[in-house]
Amino acid sequence: MEHHLAPTFELFGITFNASNVLMLLIAAAIVFLIALVSTRNLKLKPTGMQNFMEWVMDFVKGIIKSNMDWKTGGSLHVLGITLLMFIFVANMLGLPFAIVVDGYLWWKSPTADPGVTLTLAAMIIILSNYYGIKAKGFGAYAKDFTQPMWFLTPIKIIEEFANTLTLGLRLYGNIYAGEILLSLLAGLATTGAVGFLAAVLPTLAWQGFSVFVGSIQAFIFVMLTMVYISHKVADDH
Amino acid sequence: MFFDHLVLGAVEAEHSFLNIGDILATLVIFLILLFLLKKFAWGPLMGIMQQREELIASEIEAAESSRTESQKMLDEQRSLLKEARNEALEIVESAKRQGEASREEIITAAREEANRIKENAVLEIGNEREKALAAVREEVVALSMLAASRVLGKELSEEENRQLIDETIAKAGEVQ
Repeated sequence: MEHHLAPTFELFGITFNASNVLMLLIAAAIVFLIALVSTRNLKLKPTGMQNFMEWVMDFVKGIIKSNMDWKTGGSLHVLGITLLMFIFVANMLGLPFAIVVDGYLWWKSPTADPGVTLTLAAMIIILSNYYGIKAKGFGAYAKDFTQPMWFLTPIKIIEEFANTLTLGLRLYGNIYAGEILLSLLAGLATTGAVGFLAAVLPTLAWQGFSVFVGSIQAFIFVMLTMVYISHKVADDH
Repeated sequence: MFFDHLVLGAVEAEHSFLNIGDILATLVIFLILLFLLKKFAWGPLMGIMQQREELIASEIEAAESSRTESQKMLDEQRSLLKEARNEALEIVESAKRQGEASREEIITAAREEANRIKENAVLEIGNEREKALAAVREEVVALSMLAASRVLGKELSEEENRQLIDETIAKAGEVQ
């Protein structure tokens, strides 16, 4: 594993990582295509991909329902499904291969970048605070920070940032670690015939495990999203 | 070497730690994806699931109502059948009763008729007998007169003869 460079460029004085932007676009495009293809020819008696999509919807519905009642959580359904699909696809993208051109890493999981995952996490935490204010009004929302004891307020405020960090870094760490190990194994495989043979089995095992980790991380991200939002929205805590 | 990669943002160590552009790109791409999916995929899918839910509910309701309706009809038919059976029984009963009555009537009428005919016959027989007896009596008187006149050779007065003969006959009747 060499130290890969990031293909950055600047636009309007803002630095972009071209690889991140590209992979985010690809992930979004794949999710959109899957969703679009499976929701053409919608029927009352579902067949094929529509069945799968309906299963995903029910799955997310189950996650939301396990955290709050459907009346308040119904509006989060779309967000939950999109998050789940997007993070899952993003996690899977880096598994089959990585593309490095002239030392620049182009193809990888977009979720293997802390900037991306922390942005998603921050978005979720901000959203949860927004929903908290919207559901209870600013007074009750602010009062929640002094519960159960007034002197815990600093800790409650820190908790918001800690939540952001853990939510984002958990996803990033899992996916990034998976890719590191995969690229190490790929590096081993390119050293020669012996190295190749030695690398085949571990690579196979690790890729299978990464599929599992990627699915679990997508699920955990959505689950925690709903947990945080329900903490802010619910009355009794 | 290994631990380099465990540092946050190790990949882009030579650049600024925070890429504002990545944050913007992530947000914009995710929100656009959210919007597009809601409009083109989840919206219609949720719509059809809602529609199915409603369809199932209405079907269940329709089945329920048709079930109660058929139950009602069944009860109705059953009661109608019962009524019809009762009516039929009644008709048979009344017909039987009527038949019995008319049989009785016919028998009585026939008996009366027979009695009447018999009485008539008896009456007529008595009359005829009386008539025959009178005729015989007349004949006997005439014959007796004729015989007596021959025997006596003389003409008795009609008055005296008749008286005498009547007495004789009366005596004969008593003797008889």
